[in-house]
Amino acid sequence: MLKSATLALALLASPLLLAAENAAEPAAAEHKALDWASWHADNDIRNSASLQRGARNFANYCLGCHSLKYMRYSRMAEDLHIPEAELKANLIPTGDKPADYMLSNMPAADSAAWFGKTPPDLSLIARARGTDYLYRFLKTFYADPAAASGSNNLQLANAAMPAVLSELEGVKQAVFVNRETLVDGKPVMEKVFDHFEITTPGSMDAAHFDAFVRDTVNFLDYVGEPAQKARVDIGIWVVLFLLVFTWLAWLLKHEYWKDVH
Amino acid sequence: MAAPEGTAKPGFWGWLNKRLPAEQFYRSQLLDYYAPKNFNVWYFFGSLALLVLVIQLLSGIWLTMFYKVGETTAFDSVEYIMREVDYGWLIRYLHSTGASAFFIVVYLHMFRALIYGSYKAPRELLWIFGMLVYLALMAEAFMGYVLPWGNMSYWGAQVIVNLFSTIPVVGPGLVEWIRGDYGIADATLNRFFALHVAAVPLALIMLIVLHLVALRQVGSGSPDGIEIKEHKGADGKPLDGIPFHPYYTVKDIFGVGVFLIAFAVVLFFMPTFNDVFLERPNFEVANPLSTPEHIAPVWYFTPFYAILRAVPNQRMGALLMLIAIMAFFFLPWLDRSPVKSVRYRGWIFKGFLTIFVVSFLGLMYLGMKPASTAYVYAARAFSVGYFAFFGLMYWFSKWDRTRPVPSRVTFHA
Repeated sequence: MLKSATLALALLASPLLLAAENAAEPAAAEHKALDWASWHADNDIRNSASLQRGARNFANYCLGCHSLKYMRYSRMAEDLHIPEAELKANLIPTGDKPADYMLSNMPAADSAAWFGKTPPDLSLIARARGTDYLYRFLKTFYADPAAASGSNNLQLANAAMPAVLSELEGVKQAVFVNRETLVDGKPVMEKVFDHFEITTPGSMDAAHFDAFVRDTVNFLDYVGEPAQKARVDIGIWVVLFLLVFTWLAWLLKHEYWKDVH
Repeated sequence: MAAPEGTAKPGFWGWLNKRLPAEQFYRSQLLDYYAPKNFNVWYFFGSLALLVLVIQLLSGIWLTMFYKVGETTAFDSVEYIMREVDYGWLIRYLHSTGASAFFIVVYLHMFRALIYGSYKAPRELLWIFGMLVYLALMAEAFMGYVLPWGNMSYWGAQVIVNLFSTIPVVGPGLVEWIRGDYGIADATLNRFFALHVAAVPLALIMLIVLHLVALRQVGSGSPDGIEIKEHKGADGKPLDGIPFHPYYTVKDIFGVGVFLIAFAVVLFFMPTFNDVFLERPNFEVANPLSTPEHIAPVWYFTPFYAILRAVPNQRMGALLMLIAIMAFFFLPWLDRSPVKSVRYRGWIFKGFLTIFVVSFLGLMYLGMKPASTAYVYAARAFSVGYFAFFGLMYWFSKWDRTRPVPSRVTFHA
């Protein structure tokens, strides 16, 4: 029991350590390939402003194709402290009511024909794939004339989804370099990713686009488990109560056992 | 013959006892049940297992109020519980965390039996009932894991149920009979629900009652492996024993507190336990067309899963896996040592026990990882360590040089 509690504490602390490592990264001087695979979303579910921006981003850029079939507009507005007028004016598509689930209006048959597959529902995507995965996915689209969608992705090779955020980020080219690696002891030339180059600028600079993606991922993290903030808030009181209870139980045990020799 | 206990008392208690042996039960089970006074931390896990059982029964009953069995409704209803039922997330996490907690507590309870020889005569039957509880628990956990109808539920069920197809002659037909279809399907989900919420819990409760009745008959063992019944005072009470109530009831309440703190920390702050208690692929609905990248059962089954994968021949692997579980049943007869407790055993037993524990934990870890070549070789090495403990015990327990066991228990007030 003690062991699992220690493990629990260690696991709780590990995201903090990872975050610290991440921040130190850009200082490296010598040439290194862009290490996208170690990027972290570092999103904060308690940041309501970020969640509100994420909800706006989702409504404007994602909801056209992707549904959140387990999420009601009204629940989102309540949890994210979005006023009803604001919700109705900017977040709900015409015709939908606040109590409705957040469903895309795109017919599944059409989208399957257009993209090769129906865009998946994203209610649980943050729980199924993790927020880091989503962050890397949204940040590693690049132009690829060979692909049907005109773009490709480092996190999910041959993704059916086109680079819909390129109007914000700009059109990105991926630069690959040839590198010699050993396969079974024999040198083999391999094309490896090195870095991105933006050839057509978008409406956002790099920092703004990064914040845009983080907010969106943060929102999807919330949607994956809307109760997670309440869960932690209640949990703190439960654990405090149990600490007092256990201390009293110890005193009681000690009192009773005084006459055992 | 004296009148039954409590019947002479005035008021309701007397009235009740003339009709129901309430006082007799309470006395025989708690007040007059003497347990050794030197129970250490390893003796908490029996009562904790009972606590987790209650948590699972209550949270399970509440889940069935909202869960909708069926291949088109099961997954959605779990998300409905997580999002729209008041405190539904709490009920669901109580049940999912409780499942893992059950196995943690039961494995520690079994480990206590290994180190203090709790399975040795006269406790063979007590041990066998305990093992049957463990088997029922495995069946309960396996079928419960299928109910959310996530993709790992589906593929995990596919892999485990297919193990029965390795049985010669009847295997393929048996698998079809278990599934009720040509694949894991709606029919399978429905019958697993029936078994998970009714049949297996009933069996589990009956076996636990038998386990406790057998315990009351032979009495609790002790960390010294000494029978307290052998030294009784003039009053006929064991000299090294104390009444279960109030001494062990208050002590167990403290144990419950410590356990609940750890339980609450997991439930409220890390309910997926870093994707170990709730696995990522299970947040996607069951999909027969999309296999998860890496199929693995939940952590409590992985030691046996690693043994299965360590053997190239699937039929042999399944057989070894079965033997790995069943071997525990034979411990009372494999262990021929004159002493019960590890405290008075020699280095040979201690060495083999260490190898077993390292192998079990090693297999548990490897079973969670994809089966790469290096991991398969490591799993083979650990499997050898695992089976060496059971396979050679008949001899090493006899050869081991034991130390004399004192006549009275070790106790420092």
